[in-house]
This record gives sequence, C-alpha cells and structure tokens, in this order.
Amino acid sequence: MSDTEHPGSSERNQAHESAAGHEGRPCSCAGKSGEPDNPDRRKFLIRVGIGLNIAAGALVGIPVLGYLFSAFRKKEERSWISLGPADQFEAGKIRLASYRNPGAKGWDGQSADIPCWVRRDDSGEFQVFAINCTHLGCPVRWFEESGLFLCPCHGGAYYQDGARAAGPPPRGLYQYEHRLRNGELLVMGGRIPTLSQSV
Amino acid sequence: MTKQLRNIALWLDRRLHLSQIWEATAGHGIPKSSASWFYVFGSATMLCLGVQIVTGICLALIYQPSAQEAYASLHYLNYEQPLGWFLRGMHYWGSNFMVAIMLMHMTQVFVFGAYKYPRELTWVSGVILCLLTLGMAFTGQVMRWDQDAYWGLGIGVSMLGRVPFIGPELTHFLMGGPIIAGNSLSRFFTLHVFIIPGIVLALLSMHLRLVLSKGINEAPTAGKPVRRDSYEEEYEEMVHRGGARFAPDAIGKDLIFGGIVLGLIVACVLLFGPKGPEGIPDPTLINTNPRPDWPFLWFFAVASLMPPYMESVVLLLGPVVAIGIVIALPFFDNTGEKKWTLRPVSTVSLILVVVSLAAFTWYGATSPWSPEMDAWSSEPTPSHMIDGRTPLELQGALVFQYKQCRNCHALDGIGGQRGPALDLVADRMTPDQLVRQVVQGSGNMPAYGQNISPAEVKAVVAFLHTLHTEGRLPAQTALNLHEDPEGSPAGGDE
Repeated sequence: MSDTEHPGSSERNQAHESAAGHEGRPCSCAGKSGEPDNPDRRKFLIRVGIGLNIAAGALVGIPVLGYLFSAFRKKEERSWISLGPADQFEAGKIRLASYRNPGAKGWDGQSADIPCWVRRDDSGEFQVFAINCTHLGCPVRWFEESGLFLCPCHGGAYYQDGARAAGPPPRGLYQYEHRLRNGELLVMGGRIPTLSQSV
Repeated sequence: MTKQLRNIALWLDRRLHLSQIWEATAGHGIPKSSASWFYVFGSATMLCLGVQIVTGICLALIYQPSAQEAYASLHYLNYEQPLGWFLRGMHYWGSNFMVAIMLMHMTQVFVFGAYKYPRELTWVSGVILCLLTLGMAFTGQVMRWDQDAYWGLGIGVSMLGRVPFIGPELTHFLMGGPIIAGNSLSRFFTLHVFIIPGIVLALLSMHLRLVLSKGINEAPTAGKPVRRDSYEEEYEEMVHRGGARFAPDAIGKDLIFGGIVLGLIVACVLLFGPKGPEGIPDPTLINTNPRPDWPFLWFFAVASLMPPYMESVVLLLGPVVAIGIVIALPFFDNTGEKKWTLRPVSTVSLILVVVSLAAFTWYGATSPWSPEMDAWSSEPTPSHMIDGRTPLELQGALVFQYKQCRNCHALDGIGGQRGPALDLVADRMTPDQLVRQVVQGSGNMPAYGQNISPAEVKAVVAFLHTLHTEGRLPAQTALNLHEDPEGSPAGGDE
C-alpha cells in the first residue's frame, strides 16, 4: 500500500507546486496554505480534532449512559396494596392471593400479576409470604395435608409459619409487611424479593 | 450467451477482486494433517450461526417482544403463519446444534493442543464466543416467554440478588424494573437481537482473521513439542512444503459435514417441531415445574446439590474462576507436547469435566431431588405392602399417603426420590428411631411433629415397621429397658 501512496502524494505535491508556480507565488506559501508539509499545523489540527470529538462524544455518551443506567438507581417502588376483605381468609388456613403490581405498565400483560400466600392462624393473625423460594426464586406450593410449602425446582421445604424446614433454601420464606384497614388486608409490595432485599 | 455471461463474470471479478479475496481467505495454506475430519466442527458452528441469523430475522418479522403479546405471537407463528412452525423449529434446533457442535469444536481444539503458542488469542476469542453463544441460548429461552422463561429469569434474578452490597441494584438493572415484566423482556430482546449478535460477529471476524494470520493447528505428533523459538519456522515448513490449502484440499469435508448438520437440523424440526411456548407466562399459575433448556441443566443440578453454606460463594465466584481458568489456559500451558497421550493432566481434566457435566446434566433432567408433587394422590400403595396387615398398619399406610410422605419417599420404585426409598426401612430403623425421624426430622427431612397427631405417628410407624426383607426380623433396639410386648414386630409377618 505504502508503495502506491508515496508516488501519489508526491504527484499531488508536484501538482500543487506547479499550481503555485502558475500563479507566480513563491514556494514558501505552501506552508501557510495548510498543505501537508507543515507538521506543526497538522499536529495542531489532529489535536483539535481529537479534543472536539472527545467533547462531542461526552455530549452524546453521557446521556446514553444515563439512560441505560437509570435502571440502576432505584426509587421506592413499593406501596400498600389491597388483597381484598380480610374475611375471605379463613382462620387456620393458608390460601393463594394475588395482586397487580403497583406501577405496572400497559405492556406488562399477566407478568405483573403477582401471587402470594396468605396464612391466617387459629387466633386470626395474618402472615403473608412471597411466592418465591428463598433458594432460587421458584414458586412454592402449599400442601395442607403435610403442612409444608414445597418448591418444585430443588425441593426446598418450609413449615406453615414460613420457617425453613429442609432442602437448599438458606432462610425461611420472605414475608410481606401487612396491616388491616377498614376490614381489608393490605400488604407492602412491589418488588421481587431476593436474599439481599426482602419484599 | 454463455460467452457474454462469462465476460460479465470476468468483468465483475476484475472490479471486485473476488477470486483474489477467495484465494487469500479460503485458499489459505494448511498443514496436510489438518485436512482431516477432525477439523470440520468450526465451520459447522459457523454454518449454524448463519441458520440462526436467517431464521432469527424471519422470526423477528412476526414476533412481538412485549410481555403482553409475545406468547400470543408465538402461538400465531406456530399455528397461523405459514411455515412459522418450521422457522421456529429451525431456530430452536439450530441453536441446539450450534451449542453442541461448538462444544465439539472446543473439545477438539483442546485435545489437539491447538490453544498453545502462537494461537493464544484464537483460543481466548473462541472461549468468549462460546460464552456469548450460551448467552444467546439463555436469552433465546427468555424470548419463548412462557412459564419456564419467566421462572428461569427468576432464577437468574435470585442469583444476582446474592451479590453483596449491590445485589438489589443489579437485579433492578437486569429486570429493568422491580419485577420481571415487560421491561425485562424488552431488555433480553435487545440482548438477543442486537447486543450479543453484534459482539459475536465482531469476535468471529477476529477469530477467523487469526485463523488466517496464525494458521490452523497441525494434527499433533508425539515427540514434536512446541518451542517458542522454532515453532513458527516449523509451521511455515509444514504449510509450504507438502502442505495443502483449505480450499480446495480440505473444504470438501467441511461441506459434507455442513450438509449433514443442516439435514439433521431439518430432520429434528420435522420430527420434533419447535419447542413450546409451554405454560402461559402468568406468575399466579404456580403449578409449574420450571426447567431450563438443556445447556443449563447441569447448572440447575449443581444449584440443587450444593450445601447452602457454600452456595452463594460458588454460584457467584464459581463461574468467574472457571471461566478465568479456561481463558488463562494457553498462558500457563503455552508450549510443550500437543499430543493428548503425552498430556496426562489435560486429558484427565477433560474427561473429568465432560463426565461431570454429563452427570450433572442427567441429574438436572431427572431432578431426583424434587418432590413428586402428585405421588401422594395418584400413586397406588403396592398391594403386597398392605396385604394381610392389621387395621393399625393399614391406617398407617393411609397416613403415609395422606401426609404426602410418598412425594419424597418411593415405595416399589414409585414416588419421590428426595428421601430414601422406604421399601426395606424396617431393616435399618427401629420403631423408636422411626418415631424420632417422623416427629423431629433430620438432614433433609422436615419435622412433622406439628402436623401429625400422636395416633397418626403410631399408625405410620406400625406400617413402616412391616417393610423389611422377607424372612428377616425388623430392626429392634438391642436393649430395651422399657420393653413392652407391643413394641415387638406387630402382626402380619410372623
């Protein structure tokens, strides 16, 4: 490649010189007019060019990064959600309930319908468990006869009060904060629970 | 007419330099020993990539990457769009073949010592391509947006949630929100369709460029170790004196293998069709049994079999360490013998890795650790275990079913395998030990004390005590200070 470039560039120089010659200007003008034989000027232009591109790159790049990593900043997305009248939960029973996740978007479809287990013990006290196994998040199922929650993925088992019974889970089931208002059962929900952050 | 066509072709070639480009790429020199059937896996992996690109673009014409619509659009592809099922099948089976053949390619490269000097970066780029291909397989599984996709993503989220300090931020970033929903699918669509394929194509060009500039590895001969100061000359010698060229000397084998692979992909599509989508992606339908696609089954199994105390560390650091070792391989094993028979550590390591992955994959596919959720209500008690039993023992057999013991304990080979099979439990446990085990649990067994009445315990233990080898007495406490006549093997088996 370089072999073909050199003759080309020297041809151009000759053409330029001859053009300059035609106009009767001395050759020293070549430097001023910014042709490639002025190394300082060339370096300067390259530096300005690089600087300009860094600045422009930041102008473009920072908003892009901000857009991408906005998902990294979390705002509080939880709120109190009603699971319906408290009477529908019989004392001494555990049953499945579900709610629409707060802040659900129009395109979320059914994926924003979140299930949870509601336990009302014999004295009428509530416990609300997240559906997700604390091991790797699979949905646990309640087996009333043996009084256990069982996970279909890796066989984690929990007692009816949510405590870990067996298998790989490192802790008991995640529990929602809950309260009763005007006869309705409310839970504080809105995010998927993980080991570093409960519901 | 033919002359005119020929002239047009020649004109195009003079302008586009096609035959020169072909000569310089496909016509590159190779050692004679490399023109063998062992060297066909790389090109076949690339062929699969081509299939994936073409079928993927076709599917993207119809597929809706929206949590609301994805599932319906997949059904539309399967049942309404003409040949949609075929394209989905090609994309699914193409991915299976791509992963499988890529692993064969990698194994061949490892066995032939091809990663050694001076092809370190060919290996490194290949390892990253392998990881990216697995990334395509995982994100592709999410595209199926069914129950497995939803809960599979949930497993990923749970793993990331174990990262110390920034776990919540990472999961939020991965999901594009606080839960797995519309934004999560859009993210994985972007990864699957834009980001990962872009990096794959870039790295693949590097990988191929390196094949041209550093050459293809020769089939190793014992007693000819790689030396940094002489290898390149020796290689030149091999390629130029008595060497061959990829095209036309070796390409025939690649073409034949490629044709067979394409034929097998089509055969699988015709025989098995596309995969899923299975259950509706509605998290409130919890009677599901999430399983990942086969390339990740081994990991699913490892996640089950690890003791909890080491799990977070292994899940998070394990992949980093393993990938690090594989990438670093050509740097700590840079020279020396290439023949596998003279590399015992490498060969044994490879066998160990292959056998472990195969075993874990098998475990993942059968998942013996998962309770049989329906065994208690659907499986019969073997008749020889209840024939001629006392009412108490029969009651115990009922308790055994009703309390779902069967979900984890098999009788006659039917039932869960989470716990030991109990066909001969009375051979090894005394009634006292059985009571203790039921009430207090231990190891992997939950304590049933809260959920089973004393009468039920008595019944179920009476039943279990009849399950022993024929003609042998059931286990008993050797010295029972509270001997009572009922404690001895009750009824049925005299």
